[in-house]
Amino acid sequence: MNLSRSDVLHVARLSALALSEAEVARMTSELSAILNYVEGLATVDISGVAEAGESLAPTPLAPDTPAASLSTEGALAGAPDRSGAFFQVPRILEEGR
Amino acid sequence: MKNPFFTSLSDFAKGRDDKRFSIEEITRYFLSRTESLNASLNVCLSTNPNAINRARQLDARLVRNGAQSPFTGYPVMIKDNFEMEGFPTTCASKILSGYVSRRTATSVGRLLSLGAIVLGKTNLDEFAMGSSTENSAFGPTKNPWNPARVPGGSSGGSAAAVAAGLAPLSLGSDTGGSIRQPAAFCGVLGIKPTYGRISRSGLVAFSSSLDQIGPFAVHASDALEALVAMGGRDPLDMTTDDRDPSEMRRDFQMTEIPGLRIGIPAEMFGEGLDSSIRDRLGELRDSLAGSGSREVAVTLPHSRFGINVYYLLATSEASSNLSRFDGVRYGFRVKEPADLRAMYEETRDRGFGDEVKRRILLGTFALSAGYQEAFYRKARKVQTLIRGDFLQAFEHCDMILTPTSPSPPFAFGEKTGDPLSMYLSDVYTITANLAGLPALSVPVGLDSQGLPVGAHLIGPPWSEGRLLKVADKISSLYPMPLPEVHAGHPAGFREGGLK
Repeated sequence: MNLSRSDVLHVARLSALALSEAEVARMTSELSAILNYVEGLATVDISGVAEAGESLAPTPLAPDTPAASLSTEGALAGAPDRSGAFFQVPRILEEGR
Repeated sequence: MKNPFFTSLSDFAKGRDDKRFSIEEITRYFLSRTESLNASLNVCLSTNPNAINRARQLDARLVRNGAQSPFTGYPVMIKDNFEMEGFPTTCASKILSGYVSRRTATSVGRLLSLGAIVLGKTNLDEFAMGSSTENSAFGPTKNPWNPARVPGGSSGGSAAAVAAGLAPLSLGSDTGGSIRQPAAFCGVLGIKPTYGRISRSGLVAFSSSLDQIGPFAVHASDALEALVAMGGRDPLDMTTDDRDPSEMRRDFQMTEIPGLRIGIPAEMFGEGLDSSIRDRLGELRDSLAGSGSREVAVTLPHSRFGINVYYLLATSEASSNLSRFDGVRYGFRVKEPADLRAMYEETRDRGFGDEVKRRILLGTFALSAGYQEAFYRKARKVQTLIRGDFLQAFEHCDMILTPTSPSPPFAFGEKTGDPLSMYLSDVYTITANLAGLPALSVPVGLDSQGLPVGAHLIGPPWSEGRLLKVADKISSLYPMPLPEVHAGHPAGFREGGLK
């Protein structure tokens, strides 16, 4: 299948990627070429076939045991912006709105 | 190039214990060699400033206690998508600029606890996505055999490090062939173990159901010891298996070539395979038969859909795994974004390279409403068929032999304009990941252009020891030189080491 420009913009929004105009044009053609190739799967008969891993037991969960973890300072050590003990990001709610 | 001190891990341990050299001396040799060759090869993204100190401490400890492990003092390089506390981890991406790891990968930690010395962190395709190392934000690594050719990828830096003699052992990760294809291109041994053999904790996730960690080495026995050292259960990775990793050592010792049944899938020797590689593999098949093994024709009818399945499943998982890189908690963030949404979107657009964005978009599409059934779920079902093909084949053979790559190392830029042609370079390796099977690439000499050729062995689950034994045999049939990337040793070192 060929993707349209609006398909790519939709997927880019879901992916949280602000593509430039040039990127949108290039990705539209490149992703279409890749999808046309992977669509070769349509010819495989999968009637009665289970998804891989479906028959296996689910991955076991680790016991929920309290243990030491990253300190607040450690977690914040690489923060691009911080305010006290918090990660700081641009304002989400504007005053008066 | 071979180092002047030791040939293998066991020879290193003997030389160290016989005081033929000190650990500090070895560490200085490899660091200085790295320093002199990195400008031309671009193998390492960072070196360890504490390596010499650690070597001195280990030397001092040896005087008091003697070595506890062959790995005590052994130099190792790790791909820069493994975390090591206090060191930068870039994944060769701009989005992780400034990021310093707060923990150490289990695999690396296990080698460190035996006394290994991490010399540096190696270049890769950004987030391990690629087959040539050309997708690195820090420029490509050069193939030590021919600097106009790619080293393969995504673990191109780790493969080149061993080939160029910058370290005798390195670690990589393999999601669709990212250890085996660069091993083939650089003329070294590389193995991806069974899914669940080695903890992925501390490996930056690309496709969690396919990623596995493995070593590059010159000798099969060194790769074996590295797998044993890193393997086994880890509470931090619940997909690790309870099996005792030392079973690989036992299998290595007990496997015999005479009587071994080697499966040959016709699908993987057909159209699209470079004739020079087919010729080398043909010679290998004759030699193995001459050593007493038996060829069995097997068929893997769904393997031709491997690329299709992989580029839906791996990208789907990647789109989810890479959503954590958002500019909030670490790494790169755009300056003065208009609002929060713009901060996410612009940080990710500028922080990620083209291939990573392509895969995030593709995976997001494959999981999106209206397409999930036709793409993601269909791929998961074809994955079941691919696994079934292997299970059936292993009823008739002990392991399967194929080429590692359809072509010799290609030139820089040759495939970057056409993502699909780059994807197809993983056509023989990708199904082992989809089936969770162990597989390795071992050199079988050089092609007509003087470039390395790799043979690919795929085994049933947990058969790493057997695969490595056959690789060891192949290495003895095709003793592989290492490339002469540098005339002479770095200043201050003499052949045979300091007496």
